[in-house]
Amino acid sequence: MMVDVPVAEVAEVELYHAKSYWTKYVFSQDAKVIAIQYGGTAVAIGLVGLVLSWLMRLQLGFPDTFAFIDATDYYQFITVHGMIMVIYLLTALFLGGFGNYLIPLMVGARDMVFPYLNMVSYWVYLCAVLILVASFFVEGGPTGAGWTLYPPQSITEGTPGSEGGIILMLVSLALFIIGFTMGGLNYVVTVLQARTRGMTLMRLPLTVWGIFVATILALLAFPALFVGCIMMTLDKLLGTSFFMPEMISLGQQLEYDGGSPILFQHLFWFFGHPEVYIVALPAFGIVSDLLAVHARKNIFGYRMMVWAIVIIGALSFVVWAHHMYVSGMHPYFGFFFATTTLIIAVPTALKVYNWVLTLWHGDIHLTQPMLFSLAFLVTFINGGITGLFLGNVTVDVPLSDTMFVVAHFHMVMGIAPLMVVFGAIYHWYPKITGRMLHEGMGKFHFWVTFLGAYTIFLPLHYIGLQGVPRRYFEFGDTAFIPDSVTTLNAFVTVVTLTVGFAQIVFFYNMWRSYKHGKVAGDNPWGATTLEWQTAETPPGHGNFGEELPLVYRWAYDFSVPGAKNDFIPQNMPPGPDTNNH
Amino acid sequence: MSEETVAASGSTPNDMTGFVADWSSDQRAFKNVPWGKAMMWIFLLSDTFIFSCFLLSYMNVRMSTTVPWPNPSEVFALEAFGTPVPLLLIAIMTFILISSSGTMAMAVRFGYQKNRRVTTMLLIVTALFGMSFVGMQAFEWTKLIVEEGVRPWSNPMGAPQFGSVFFMVTGFHGFHVSVGVLFLFIVARKVWRGDFDTQKRGFFTSRKGNYEVVETMGLYWHFVDLVWVFIFAFFYLW
Repeated sequence: MMVDVPVAEVAEVELYHAKSYWTKYVFSQDAKVIAIQYGGTAVAIGLVGLVLSWLMRLQLGFPDTFAFIDATDYYQFITVHGMIMVIYLLTALFLGGFGNYLIPLMVGARDMVFPYLNMVSYWVYLCAVLILVASFFVEGGPTGAGWTLYPPQSITEGTPGSEGGIILMLVSLALFIIGFTMGGLNYVVTVLQARTRGMTLMRLPLTVWGIFVATILALLAFPALFVGCIMMTLDKLLGTSFFMPEMISLGQQLEYDGGSPILFQHLFWFFGHPEVYIVALPAFGIVSDLLAVHARKNIFGYRMMVWAIVIIGALSFVVWAHHMYVSGMHPYFGFFFATTTLIIAVPTALKVYNWVLTLWHGDIHLTQPMLFSLAFLVTFINGGITGLFLGNVTVDVPLSDTMFVVAHFHMVMGIAPLMVVFGAIYHWYPKITGRMLHEGMGKFHFWVTFLGAYTIFLPLHYIGLQGVPRRYFEFGDTAFIPDSVTTLNAFVTVVTLTVGFAQIVFFYNMWRSYKHGKVAGDNPWGATTLEWQTAETPPGHGNFGEELPLVYRWAYDFSVPGAKNDFIPQNMPPGPDTNNH
Repeated sequence: MSEETVAASGSTPNDMTGFVADWSSDQRAFKNVPWGKAMMWIFLLSDTFIFSCFLLSYMNVRMSTTVPWPNPSEVFALEAFGTPVPLLLIAIMTFILISSSGTMAMAVRFGYQKNRRVTTMLLIVTALFGMSFVGMQAFEWTKLIVEEGVRPWSNPMGAPQFGSVFFMVTGFHGFHVSVGVLFLFIVARKVWRGDFDTQKRGFFTSRKGNYEVVETMGLYWHFVDLVWVFIFAFFYLW
């Protein structure tokens, strides 16, 4: 059969060839190395976030027990924990880590389009992380304003870290945004302009779609946070009154006058809501690919899945004020934002149905990636449904700032994406290192983490429904809080510590398998996408050997009737082995 | 871009089928758009959001403040021949910046014609226009700070936010112009030395450049001008 081979539109760009250890592994311009640098840094700072969550739980579970946690510490822990997990861990890991590794490989490019800029992106990100860490060591410690950093309290005296911590936090965020923009431009242009021959947008694996749309969201949402950070820095350092109304603090009339605290909330959440999808969309994309590969079945409704990602991305920009129902904004705003919020549930539910239908009649292999993907499905449905409650103004108002909200967003944008992160690591570790992760340790890690996550967060729903507020250092003898809450808090704390420590198994597994794991080969899962079709494993500099792959089909040719194998790689030309599909 | 390349890409202008064909094709969504130019467009989109947030915040604080807003035609008036002329300096600044867009556009054209001498000259003229703009901005700031006593946190004419938001937004814009001037000189130097003809590698990126860089530079410069038009309208005319 004759195949019409398209002409390469862009001549290949000569790659930068590293001459020394330093330019090869440290100041590397290779997207794969940058990906590992991003991922490693994100996980390292994520572990700091994990330890902070333990400290918080110790206080909540056993108040008046630990002398080393006072109220100031507690507020600093919740603030930095939230900031780290949302921005420095999940955003950086999904886009900087998985994005850098997978985009060039999956679209069939030798590298990102601007490798130098990509390298600078990582180093700016590292600076942002180090400045955040440095805030622990300045006078007054890091900011304790809550991760939302709402003014006026975030910069007025009396809030922990209002001396220096808040400034470092704002500078760190601004740097993160600058660094991310450098990387983000790379990801978007690579997907749009540097695909290999035959790779149309509608043949892209959903992983790439998820990361691509999330990057666009980030490029358009982070500016709002950037502007908010600049204005708050000026309020703090120069005494401007952007966000600061006339106010009395500690018995003193402050110099501020006439600013609008609500303005900051709008800027923050115009970033903050798309941020949820910046974390969720890559997870959606990756989990779609994991489900298809490990159920040996094409993803159900590929085009619908793509459009759902795009529509969710677009809608995420018009729902932000559902975080502000109790801010005193006009009730009609609440009406509008509740409506748009619930409309987002439509494409999201569509995706969930399609995942389930992908599994239906599939040849499901209960590998680690599949287990984590299934865990994502349940967790995401759970967190999504509580989101429907909170999206309605009348239900949200009594539940606002209770532990129910904490349980909701940890389920939907904490645990669910984290399950995908784990699944993705188990899935791509063999490609990155050439070795399989140990299965027994993987199973143990999965069950402890998945069941543990539920054991931690299901009780928090109940605690929240009892009206227990979040961000409280201690409750003392509060009449409306029943004994069950106190008992459950202690229980949750014990589980949190256990599940946290159990992650050691995961890290040990990664460390040990790197040398002693089973040799993986080029394509251990029988996957179709281009990163599994490289000449070497792990892929060398330039990803694909002499010639870039030629793509003939979409990424989901699994179990094609009449084909020789139960998967047909994207670069396999039509022929007798493929049932001419 | 020549007509020949348009025909080769299979798309005709004003035709949705061409648009659909490009986006459903392989390799590139924007046919004949080099990587650098695509990146600049997307960066400018992101930057548009930054300036939009700044301007919306300005409108917001102008409404939230409890003190009357100073009258811009008085604050920004300049004494000329014994009479105060409102917006005199700003009119000149705006004229200069718009003119620099013209010289920039010409530089792009001569660049594609590989006319190194004229391109270099036009780029330098553009940069000098930019520098005079920043210079006049510095003059305006000095006048506001020294003579009128405007500070970021207060001013004698009314709402303290007037100074805060004015210095912040014009400062951020002036920073953009300054960065642009710097890069205009860098590009001018590259054109003058013939780096794009001899395929000399970039100092940092070790990539070979070509005259498309001049157009990418131009995109940024026109954007900075466009932003100024909005700042001009919202700060000086409102």
